Amino acid sequence: MALTARSLLLTELVKGLGISIKYMLKRPVTLNYPHEKGPLSPRFRGEHALRRYPNGEERCIACKLSEAICPAQAITIEAEPRDDGSRRTTRYDIDMTKCIYCGFCQEACPVDAIVEGPNFEFATETREELMYDKRKLLDNGDRWETEIAQNLELDAPYR
Amino acid sequence: MAKLTIDGKPVEVPNGMTVLQACQTIGVEIPHFCYHERLSIAGNCRMCLVEVEKMPKPVASCAQPVMDGMVVHTDNDKVKKARKGVMEFLLINHPLDCPICDQGGECDLQDQAMAYGYDRSRYHENKRAVDEKFMGPLVKTVMTRCIHCTRCVRFATEVAGVEEIGALNRGEHMEITTYLERSLTSELSGNVVDLCPVGALTSKPYAFTARSWELRKTESIDAMDALGANVRIDARGNEVMRILPRLADDINEEWLSDKSRYVYDGLKRQRLDTPYVRRDGKLAPASWGEAFAAIAAQAKSLGGDQMAAIAGDLADCESMALLKDLMTSLGCRNLDCRQDGAKLDPAQRAAWLFNSTIAGIDQADALVLIGANPRKEAPVLNARIRKRWLAGKFPVGVIGERADLTYAYDYLGAGPNTLQDLVDGKSRFAETLRKAQRPMLIVGQGALARKDGAAVLAAARRLAEAAGMVKDGWNGFNVLHTAAARVGGMEVGFVPGQSGRDLEGILAGAESGAIKLVYLLGADEIDMKRLGRAFVVYQGHHGDAGANRADVILPGAAYTEKAATYVNTEGRAQRTKLAVFPPGEAREDWTIVRALSEALGHTLPYDTPSAVRTCLTAKSPAFGALDRIVPASWGPFGAEGPMDAAPFKSPVANFYMTDPISRASHVMAQCTAMRRDLAAADAAPTGTGS
Repeated sequence: MALTARSLLLTELVKGLGISIKYMLKRPVTLNYPHEKGPLSPRFRGEHALRRYPNGEERCIACKLSEAICPAQAITIEAEPRDDGSRRTTRYDIDMTKCIYCGFCQEACPVDAIVEGPNFEFATETREELMYDKRKLLDNGDRWETEIAQNLELDAPYR
Repeated sequence: MAKLTIDGKPVEVPNGMTVLQACQTIGVEIPHFCYHERLSIAGNCRMCLVEVEKMPKPVASCAQPVMDGMVVHTDNDKVKKARKGVMEFLLINHPLDCPICDQGGECDLQDQAMAYGYDRSRYHENKRAVDEKFMGPLVKTVMTRCIHCTRCVRFATEVAGVEEIGALNRGEHMEITTYLERSLTSELSGNVVDLCPVGALTSKPYAFTARSWELRKTESIDAMDALGANVRIDARGNEVMRILPRLADDINEEWLSDKSRYVYDGLKRQRLDTPYVRRDGKLAPASWGEAFAAIAAQAKSLGGDQMAAIAGDLADCESMALLKDLMTSLGCRNLDCRQDGAKLDPAQRAAWLFNSTIAGIDQADALVLIGANPRKEAPVLNARIRKRWLAGKFPVGVIGERADLTYAYDYLGAGPNTLQDLVDGKSRFAETLRKAQRPMLIVGQGALARKDGAAVLAAARRLAEAAGMVKDGWNGFNVLHTAAARVGGMEVGFVPGQSGRDLEGILAGAESGAIKLVYLLGADEIDMKRLGRAFVVYQGHHGDAGANRADVILPGAAYTEKAATYVNTEGRAQRTKLAVFPPGEAREDWTIVRALSEALGHTLPYDTPSAVRTCLTAKSPAFGALDRIVPASWGPFGAEGPMDAAPFKSPVANFYMTDPISRASHVMAQCTAMRRDLAAADAAPTGTGS
């Protein structure tokens, strides 16, 4: 009886239309992506970067903890004493095709040198471009330093 | 024996043991830093505190002798609290620089702080900083990390016998230093790196290049001297990153000479990685086939007596055995493995072995060194002699060069005349030897590698017999070799066959044109000019003198790159393992000889490593059992004859450069320069004298 009444009176259709109308009047949730972007958590794990100290000295001290902890074995580090006797990398490579963005590398880093920044738009045309070397990572650090520093500061109370 | 109770378990140990050792016998681990079983007891780190009932305070177990009825607790709250306290004190001034410290990952302090320490620090004061000390090209110092265990000081004083490391000042101002900031002059200085429980002393050539966890560890045998020290080769990828000693009580205890430890950078330089053939006077890269064809073309027209083979200092037993078989099948009897011309007598095994064994030094009670400078020729053996000397009642007589051997000795004379006096009982030392229960002598290559070497060998044998060095259960006649390959060469019989030419004969033959083809198996120390117009085949791994002279180069593998048998000076056969692959086209040496035999039409019947080893076993009893010594029987050897009066001279002029690998090493070159500068500084006037 109830079923017959519902189908005769088209209540379901009206209900459905009602939802449509309701969302027509609301602000749309879809973003016009390249021109609009959603909010990101300070903990967002995006593209990697190697940071520097404010005086321009690179932070990385070649302790190789990130290489050791990387579960995907995406990181390769080689080190030797620099001319001034300090411990520095001669090679810091990340294979971004292997990386699983777990963030262990930045957890392991004792000097906050390797970080996963807020950038997620680093798609490339070729596979080779995803083999990041030290220069590329340091460039990333220089480019994103403001955002990265701000994120680290925001997240600091919880670490 | 003393009966004591440790953590509720009854233990019975000999009197004189310490509590810490007693705990170790039942597997109870006591944390410690300053205690080391081969060094004297210092008791200054306080990490090994345990509670002993009826004692008012925790006691340092490393310095506490066991007593009957002791009740020891190693794991109760009082002990744990004491350990935490000690660890906290140690860490007050220890920097938190583990990420840049080379010891990180294999650090005693790191491990024990994790296991026995607090999880956070209560100190916010500034840590102290200490100036770096200069300890030469091998040892890097970061003295801020030092926890003053004084292991290095005790090692230098007791084992190495050079009092060059010490502590200055007291309390917080204490600093470990080489007093004059000069580099260490010991040939064993690298061992302080192993001994240092923290990262204060680390290896300079290894600095920052690798982490302990990324190294592939291969247990192998050293080939830099004739001792056959047991080593661990740490490699990353296809590169040897460092070499460390392994525990071997009968050979090197746990020490390693600086050359053996730091020579590895020579393995990466000057390598032969492809065959070469000389065309129009110039060596040109070639394929294996071309190289073999070039040799076959030469050998085809030659009779066996027109060929010769000389084996070098780093050749392994497998390749020497196969080369011997190949040359024999070609009808050639001109073989020699004694490229220094030492007159070792192939007739008796006892004539070329270190018969008393290295561990036997501990039981000896008198020693004569004849033309040997063990400090340069085998530093680890020298440390063993010093250990015996320190134990007391060990008169040492020296015939040969005067040198600082790190122990006191009675200088008898310089040459064969003194030896003859000693044999005749005319020397003052003869009485000492006669009174001794287990006297021994060590003949060095400096006494044998001369024209009258056979006569010197015979004189040494007569001395051994006259002084009662050879008796039941004791053979005190010892030959100290300088090359890892020598005993192996003697064991496989890489010596002139019937009416064959020895080294001198081969060189004379090559000069006169009688010998037309010379096969050098890693032989670099001979006088290449004397090879005349002979066609020279060089099989080896480094571009050194031999490769320079060669007409065909066959690239072989170094001792880290093959599974090969070496026999040490005692006659102990030991096998290396492949730690990294040979570079480029280079191959394991026995496979090269096997392939060449096919090209020459005399295919050797050995296709597998096990077949080669069966062939070795057939050649000498020494190869029957690895790592064990087969004692040699005694019999006449040497040749009676007049001895030249010229003094004995050690063949090792420069400890750091004795073979192609060490000559290619940059680190060894730095050490050589350091020694030269030190000698020059010592010779120069100080300016304060009158």
